[in-house]
Amino acid sequence: MPLSFLKVASVAIAAATVPIGLSAVSWSGHRLHPVTITVTLPPGSITYSLPGEFLRGEHPQANPRLKRRFNKPIEIMTYQVSVADYADCVKAGACQSPQETREIPPNAPVTGVSYLDASAYARWYSQATGDYWRLPTDEEWAFAAAERFRGGFEGLQADANNPAKRWLARYKAEAQLDRSPDPLPRSRGSFGVNSRGLADLSGNVWEWTSTCFVRATLAADGTGVANSLDNCGVHVVEGFHRTYMSNFVSDGKSGGCAVGTPPDNLGFRLVRDRPGWRKLILGYLGI
Amino acid sequence: MFTRREALFGAAIGAAAVAAMPAFSATFAPADIGALAREKVKLVAPPFVHPHDQVAKGGPKIVEFTMTIEEKPVVIDADGTTLNAMTYNGSVPGPLMVVHQDDYVELTLINPDTNTLAHNIDFHAATGALGGGELTLVNPGEQVTLRFKATRSGTFVYHCAPGGSMIPWHVVSGMSGAIMVLPRDGLKDDKGKPVKYDRIFYIGENDFYIPRDENGNFKSYETAGDGYDDMMKVMRGLIPTHVVFNGKVGSLTGDNAMKANVGETVLIVHSQANRDTRPHLIGGHGDYVWEEGKFANTPAKDLETWFIRGGSAGAALYTFLQPGVYAYVNHNLIEAVELGATAHFMVEGEWNDDLMTQVEAPKAIATN
Ligand SMILES: [Cu+2]
Repeated sequence: MPLSFLKVASVAIAAATVPIGLSAVSWSGHRLHPVTITVTLPPGSITYSLPGEFLRGEHPQANPRLKRRFNKPIEIMTYQVSVADYADCVKAGACQSPQETREIPPNAPVTGVSYLDASAYARWYSQATGDYWRLPTDEEWAFAAAERFRGGFEGLQADANNPAKRWLARYKAEAQLDRSPDPLPRSRGSFGVNSRGLADLSGNVWEWTSTCFVRATLAADGTGVANSLDNCGVHVVEGFHRTYMSNFVSDGKSGGCAVGTPPDNLGFRLVRDRPGWRKLILGYLGI
Repeated sequence: MFTRREALFGAAIGAAAVAAMPAFSATFAPADIGALAREKVKLVAPPFVHPHDQVAKGGPKIVEFTMTIEEKPVVIDADGTTLNAMTYNGSVPGPLMVVHQDDYVELTLINPDTNTLAHNIDFHAATGALGGGELTLVNPGEQVTLRFKATRSGTFVYHCAPGGSMIPWHVVSGMSGAIMVLPRDGLKDDKGKPVKYDRIFYIGENDFYIPRDENGNFKSYETAGDGYDDMMKVMRGLIPTHVVFNGKVGSLTGDNAMKANVGETVLIVHSQANRDTRPHLIGGHGDYVWEEGKFANTPAKDLETWFIRGGSAGAALYTFLQPGVYAYVNHNLIEAVELGATAHFMVEGEWNDDLMTQVEAPKAIATN
């Protein structure tokens, strides 16, 4: 294990008490990025619209809004995985080079990475640190993003007599955001922190989640899902707005959003799962 | 790559999320759609075309088609170069569908769970919803049925269009085909006189963009997704590595050459979903050519070469007058000979000396 990946105690930041500008700067002199700063979100709940596509009968529906409770704290990276972080994985031979040809500061978020790249990084980083790191689920991301979570444009109910109304409404909603493309990734922290202390959410780097695209048919009585089909070749990508991308796509402009604004860039941040008792005991036993 | 889940979200979905659905009663829904006759058509792989009437019998009907999408590696040249192809019904191009004007096309599109990508279909012959693309996106494990009215006659491209860069990528990976909507009373010449064909062939032209390694050799990939980044780079250069008919170099030559007899009239439908092309029958002509493919327009006569715009299909009618081997090429001859866009017709019959004869065989140049 390279020295720079010695396990570093994470800096847990309680929600709502976030010192702006807290960062890893001047941690150890030469390499700053190995210090993984995380935010630990206390248990709580959100009400948010589920990702995916929902039908009732033959017609698209507004995405159901659900209340989700998180009973355990969630520890999530304060910043997106950086260019320098990711380069270590490439150097170790565990990640392929990002599909990125632009000049980007090493402490900017890594971009030009696919879901497969992000997953490879999580695997390698888990091994390198001895902790279990993974992509956040879509609902964890939404919970962590708090006021910066926007969701998708899918939340409109179809007019059974005129499907085009829904397409036009979605198009207008996207156009009304009036967001011009902002292609070049910036140094970490450039997009500020949210109320929970996470930095750079919903800036110009969208983030992979571990949630598969789902198409679900709602029960006729409106109380549940009659059946659903996951397409795990496509994952939910979160950021300024929610979108869906094929696993191998690394260029945000490429994958989803046939009409409307595609993501500027694709990157990711990881969640650390607390070692459970099982792991702790096995750890003590040296297994 | 996918899993089925039942009752995934339990009963947690609030009433607010789901308002009562009005019954389907679209303003322009045909009241008598249930009264129309239905016909099931079994599609066949190009260059062949399923049996059909040239002049419609009876009134408009609903013509049912089923296409299963197959993602599979296919060899596209004699060197064994492999494309991770995406196909409608297993062939590149997808099968030619034939209906008559004012018929309803009812397609069931199946994306088996053995596939890895979402696909759909955009019919240039259809009106609305991005040619049906908005209503037909199916993930692996799903199927969808679309019905559209074939209001305009002609040959039209269909292709996959699943959004963003997926659109060109799926198209140059093989996902295109054509539909022919015949006038109910059949084809007419420039004077409005009915014309018929004895044989029909469907030629789909494809431009492929296969990435190369450091040594210039074509690369192959385990899955289409693995090759995506590399192929996008080649595609953006706009220079195809292969330009072929029916999915591979030599798919319509040798044993697979198209066959006809002297005196027979052949309709050649030619589609190119992505890039302009210019078919030419070496040693023959286009007697009547619908360059843009639309039968409401008067056909051009006696063409030597015709132009097929990228994203369209055209049709050429020709009666063979001489026996022999004819090459049917994209008359950018570099694309025909070097990149693969060549097909052959083998035509049997009696030679017509009046049309051509070799007055004197080659011999040493006469000197005196
Ligand atoms: Cu497709």
